[in-house]
Amino acid sequence: MTSYVLRRLLFLLLSLAAAMVVLFFLLRLLPGNAANALLPLDATPEQIAAAEAALGTDRPLWQQFFEWAGQMARLDLGESFISQLPVLPEIAVRLQVTVPLTLMSFVIAALLSVGIGFVAGYRADRWYGTALSGFSQLGVAVPVFWVGILLVWVFALGLGWLPSGGFPRRDWAYPGAALTALILPVATIVIVMSASMSRYVRSATIDVLGSDFLRTSRALGATSGEAMLRHGLRNAAVPVIAILGIELATTFLGAVVVESVFTLPGLGTMLLTAIAQHDYPNIQGILFISTVFVLLVGCAADIIQRVVDPRLRTSLSGNR
Amino acid sequence: MSALTEAQIDVSTPRRRTRSITLRIGAVLVGIIVILAIVSLFWVPFDPADTSGGRLEGPGSEHWLGTDKLGRDLATQIMIGARIALTVGLGAVAISAVLGIAIGLVAAFAVSWVDDTISAGLDILIAFPTLLLAMLIVAAQGASLGSAILSIGIAMSAIVARLTRVVAKRVLAQQYITAARTSGTSWWGIVWRHVLPNIWPTVSVSLALHFGLAVLAESSLSYLGLGAPPPNASWGRLLQEAQGTVLTAPVGALAPGIALVMLVLGVNFIADGLRDIADPTRRRSR
Repeated sequence: MTSYVLRRLLFLLLSLAAAMVVLFFLLRLLPGNAANALLPLDATPEQIAAAEAALGTDRPLWQQFFEWAGQMARLDLGESFISQLPVLPEIAVRLQVTVPLTLMSFVIAALLSVGIGFVAGYRADRWYGTALSGFSQLGVAVPVFWVGILLVWVFALGLGWLPSGGFPRRDWAYPGAALTALILPVATIVIVMSASMSRYVRSATIDVLGSDFLRTSRALGATSGEAMLRHGLRNAAVPVIAILGIELATTFLGAVVVESVFTLPGLGTMLLTAIAQHDYPNIQGILFISTVFVLLVGCAADIIQRVVDPRLRTSLSGNR
Repeated sequence: MSALTEAQIDVSTPRRRTRSITLRIGAVLVGIIVILAIVSLFWVPFDPADTSGGRLEGPGSEHWLGTDKLGRDLATQIMIGARIALTVGLGAVAISAVLGIAIGLVAAFAVSWVDDTISAGLDILIAFPTLLLAMLIVAAQGASLGSAILSIGIAMSAIVARLTRVVAKRVLAQQYITAARTSGTSWWGIVWRHVLPNIWPTVSVSLALHFGLAVLAESSLSYLGLGAPPPNASWGRLLQEAQGTVLTAPVGALAPGIALVMLVLGVNFIADGLRDIADPTRRRSR
């Protein structure tokens, strides 16, 4: 197991390095250069040269890359082109909205989908099993922002029970109002995520129910509940953990879209503003932090999966 | 439908019949959207830029689905949106199929260190959710229909490549491949005559599912203002524009969403039906 963890961590570092190369060079392929974003349209060539020297964009790309990678590694994300404020503290403030939104949605959706998926698989022949499968079929075909629009229509504009958007204060000075503001956004993500996650739980349940080891355990005298607890859960958990890891990352990015529906001042709206303003330090900073998060979650899911199922330890990641 | 195929369906098991119903419902849902898109090439009720209608009118005899806040005809916009959605789906799937199958085959045929390198690269790419990768490419290339299709296609190609590699390796381990090799069939002949026909049933189901994912991803990008810019009437952008006026003009916020769900649900149904035809053993477990 130790050797597996070491190999997986090495793979994590390699993927991070690869991701940084992509991040750096993709944003450098832009039409026009970073200096243009800082200067007025009628800037003289001397002004442009001075700005390039100040930003360091007149040096060879590989030099720029290693300096940039070093700064990223020290979490020095630079300063915004537009507001001149350091990027990292701004991201930290925004995460006070995005992280609670992501975690609440994920935990509720995970619990719901385990319930829904298990019943849909265990009682696949009953009407409610079929109804639950139908819900998950529909849920994966619905765009998350449309669910948000419909919920706002019914519960905010129609019934007036909840706010249609906005967030009181990002430092959670009014926790009650902050939680109220998050109810509809969380519900939006939960509806879509629980539908897609429950499909995996359902097929894992069906696979386990049809397995030889469960039948053997029953033949040796265990009740169906005992057999499920002792052998079924552990086996069904393996594919589900892998999916949960991917889905936590997806929830985080779903939050980007949902924040925009409910005008929440989170990381997603910051990214959209940065893209609209060509604010490259902000874009890079946000994408760097998101990438680190996604890769860490993937690594954690892989390791937990191999704690549960030692048979997987010879393979490095995913389905390999 | 001919009498022969009717008879064949009648002798099949009841379970199989419900499956083929799924396939038919899917075909009907997708068919409606495809017809809307084809008709929109030759005729639409109004010019998409025509703002002569009243603002935010309800459905009526002149404007079937009403108008938007600029007085443009909603039915027209939805028909053009169908065309854009199908373009995105087909374009992104075509890119991911060509790139994914090519990379997957190279990995399956290559010596082990090349295979390992490609697989590790694919794992890294897959770890990135499609939307984040698409936003990154759109941020670099600027928002347009082309960059939306390209970015979604590239993001999905990694998943297609990994699947192709696994399935192709299984085919390459078969004895008929060894027989083909010893009888002097070229590399290309093996791929064309033995590998592609055998991996296609599995890969095509995955491509059908990715069609729906591509349409959803594009609608999210358009909703965020990162997709096809106006005057392209992408359903995602229509929904974004209608969001503020949902109380006065609910049809504007409902119709594009319903069209989107019809298309994605229909394609998913077709994929399910195809999978049952391609792999009859799965049918029992569903």
